[in-house]
Amino acid sequence: MSTPAKPRMPVESGVPDAFQFMHPLLKKNYGQWRWHDRPRPGVLHHVARSGDQVWTVRAGTQRQMDVFSVRTLCDIADRHADGYVRFTIRSNIEFMVAEQAKVPALIAALEAAGFPVGGTGNSVRMISHTQGWLHCDIPGTDASGVVKALMDELHEEFIHERMPNRVGITTSCCEINCGGQGDIAVNIQHTKPPKINHDLVANVCERPAVVARCPVAAIRPAVVNGKPTLEVDERKCICCGACYAPCPPMQINDPEYTKIAIWVGGKHSNARSRPTFHKLVVAGLPNNPPRWPEVADAVKKILRTYQGDARDWERIGEWIERIGWPRFFELTGLPFTSYHFDNWRGGRASLNASTHIRHSAGGGRP
Amino acid sequence: MSAKTPQTPLLDQLEKGPWPSFVAGLKRLAAAQDKPYAGMMKHLLGQLERSYETKRGYWKGGTVGVIGYGGGVIPRFTELRGKDGKPEFPEAAEFHTLRIMPAPGMHYTTDALRRLCDVWEKHGSGLITLHGQSGDIMFQGCSSRNVQPCFDELNEMGYDLGGAGPAVRTSMSCVGHARCEHSCYDEIRAHTQIINAFVDDIHRPALPYKFKFKFSGCPNDCMNAIQRADMAVIGTWRDDIEIDQREVRQFVALRGRQAVIDNVVTRCPTRSVSLEEDDSLTIDNRNCVRCMHCINVMTKALSPGKDRGVTILLGGKRTLKIGDLFGTVIVPFMKLETDADFARLHELAQNIIGFFAENALEHERTGEMIERIGFANFLEAVGLDPDPSMLLHPRTNPYVRTDGWDEEARKWNARHGAPSAQEDR
Ligand code: HEM
Ligand code: SF4
Ligand code: SF4
Ligand code: SF4
Ligand code: SF4
Repeated sequence: MSTPAKPRMPVESGVPDAFQFMHPLLKKNYGQWRWHDRPRPGVLHHVARSGDQVWTVRAGTQRQMDVFSVRTLCDIADRHADGYVRFTIRSNIEFMVAEQAKVPALIAALEAAGFPVGGTGNSVRMISHTQGWLHCDIPGTDASGVVKALMDELHEEFIHERMPNRVGITTSCCEINCGGQGDIAVNIQHTKPPKINHDLVANVCERPAVVARCPVAAIRPAVVNGKPTLEVDERKCICCGACYAPCPPMQINDPEYTKIAIWVGGKHSNARSRPTFHKLVVAGLPNNPPRWPEVADAVKKILRTYQGDARDWERIGEWIERIGWPRFFELTGLPFTSYHFDNWRGGRASLNASTHIRHSAGGGRP
Repeated sequence: MSAKTPQTPLLDQLEKGPWPSFVAGLKRLAAAQDKPYAGMMKHLLGQLERSYETKRGYWKGGTVGVIGYGGGVIPRFTELRGKDGKPEFPEAAEFHTLRIMPAPGMHYTTDALRRLCDVWEKHGSGLITLHGQSGDIMFQGCSSRNVQPCFDELNEMGYDLGGAGPAVRTSMSCVGHARCEHSCYDEIRAHTQIINAFVDDIHRPALPYKFKFKFSGCPNDCMNAIQRADMAVIGTWRDDIEIDQREVRQFVALRGRQAVIDNVVTRCPTRSVSLEEDDSLTIDNRNCVRCMHCINVMTKALSPGKDRGVTILLGGKRTLKIGDLFGTVIVPFMKLETDADFARLHELAQNIIGFFAENALEHERTGEMIERIGFANFLEAVGLDPDPSMLLHPRTNPYVRTDGWDEEARKWNARHGAPSAQEDR
């Protein structure tokens, strides 16, 4: 027998060179673009200082893609777009072409293959989402399923640009981790403390790490049936699920009590107003696979109200900033509850320390 | 090894509708009888359908990796086991993810994408996420045995694993210079240079917790860097917005004065824009906060100025543990053009990560660390000078010991010249 082959050590190459994959027109005009416009939803038209022009066609994808879908997209790019593509942060695919005349056939090919063209300008964008049941170890719901069901409902708003400004929706399949800020955010919200499987804690959990993870210091070491375990002070527990990641026996997910909440008014960009966090508006929606109809209803209600009442360029948060929260609840018909007050540290800053109040008896609209 | 195709009445309902269906994709993979992964994907569908029935997840973590690295693979083992401890869906009992870093800006040739698909068909499930919000290509569904050969092959093609766990993470940069006229610095260069300088901290998780960089070419912040990155590098400019008055007049002629007043003038957060009687635009550039709004509306008439660079913010993160935090300004402006500029950015990042490594508590992000130790202390520790652009307003409470005031004032005056000298300028 020969000596075992030396294991292959990784080549620590970091990110690959981007220019080897970049459309030649983009490479040629790198850093030299001058202006752009949008000839139609889903199409961007950029003009470089050199006079070169490029049309970009953006299409939505399912994000989690089978190799067959990826190859279909490659076929389309080879036939219609010089064999180059790029992806956006929201899992859209973009095809670049040097002539406007190539755009219609490209769009037709994408639509025929089931990839909606849109997601530009003041449209509802593809939902940025997390993993869920398909792959995460702590999820309360399935992000991909929620997103598929919602995007089916919002498809028309993806392929048109008829919102006052762009709408970025996000989802998060646990309360505390990956999901981003969104104009509308659809997030898991647990409503009961974790149920502890005491038999397992001693075997699988590093107890001090779990105690340290709790934001409200509700977890204490304990002994049950002579075995070391943990206990939760249920009066303190805010049902966040943070303990579940380091300690799976802290069962936070529950088919009934794990609910879905909707938040609005998050914004990343610095345009006009500074970036803002999203704010809670609806909680207690059932986690209702496979199509989560209650979530879709609430999201559509908020979108319709925004569409009807906001001014051009107002993002959802900016619209509410102008009309005020009382009017938001009035126009959407959503109930306002004591849960909308923030008791967490710094929460006082969200209270109204003024007499600035919009009274509903205050006359007609302009 | 001939897994049965499970019944999936719940998932089947996600095949309907106009949006591309991930379930249809999973089924295509499960039906590819000639492929090594068909059985795995049938069993994956079986487990996922069970989650849809019971509303529970069935994955747990573990340890799986590649030789030479401490992270970058997300291990997933099924927890859906019978009384005998045997997995109910054995062919999907191991379903790990390889996080692979794409090229900055997520550009691909179809040839490159096809080759990735081919490797993944050989070693994995055929399911690829383009892309995870971490910024990685996520190759989802690999058996423990296949992780190493799969990585080896991808690595030979020029790809490397991304970050996971308490490490520097995979980054993201916007399309920027490649196709966006707003771009104020070379995002690809910054992204490539910074990430490739920290590969050791990406591949060998040894920080208190994760550390993320994100690169956006302008304040539109398409990469959501302020909220989602520990260190957000955002393009900006410090001279005047460039105005093409001919294009301004065309815009006014097309849309009307009222539209310009309603959509541009009154929307400027610092009331810095005026529409003149002759349909030209004037901008009070000393009070413009570089928000991008007027430029976004009038893409042809207005552009960022010529003296471009970046603003750097630190400390963004999601909820766990103390609540959501935005990054806040630590460098109001720095140039990012020459080799020396890029070296300065790297040095700053290194100082910050070094300080983070030594001073953060376990599982504490940079934003939380700064909250705990105090912003002023942090600045001093990493050698950054205090600047009024770092706050919205000075403190409103007197609970502070100010016996170092004269010294601090001297430092400010030394940096900015004595007040009288400043007035002369
Ligand atoms: C067991 C614990 C965790 C697991 C398994 C996990 C897993 C993941 C995964 C798979 C992603 C990529 C999501 C996707 O795009 O599909 C992700 C992203 C992310 N995670 Fe986690 N995560 C965990 C804990 C956390 C924690 C504790 C935080 C925050 C303190 C966090 C913050 C984030 C953020 C912000 C992203 C988005 C990435 C970005 O925008 O940079 N995660 N996580
Ligand atoms: S949001 Fe939570 S449950 Fe969903 S993928 Fe991220 S860590 Fe997992
Ligand atoms: S759910 Fe959250 S608050 Fe409750 S015990 Fe666990 S970590 Fe603490
Ligand atoms: S962040 Fe700015 S420069 Fe980058 S793509 Fe977005 S608008 Fe363009
Ligand atoms: S960039 Fe923003 S702050 Fe500056 S002038 Fe334009 S609208 Fe005003």
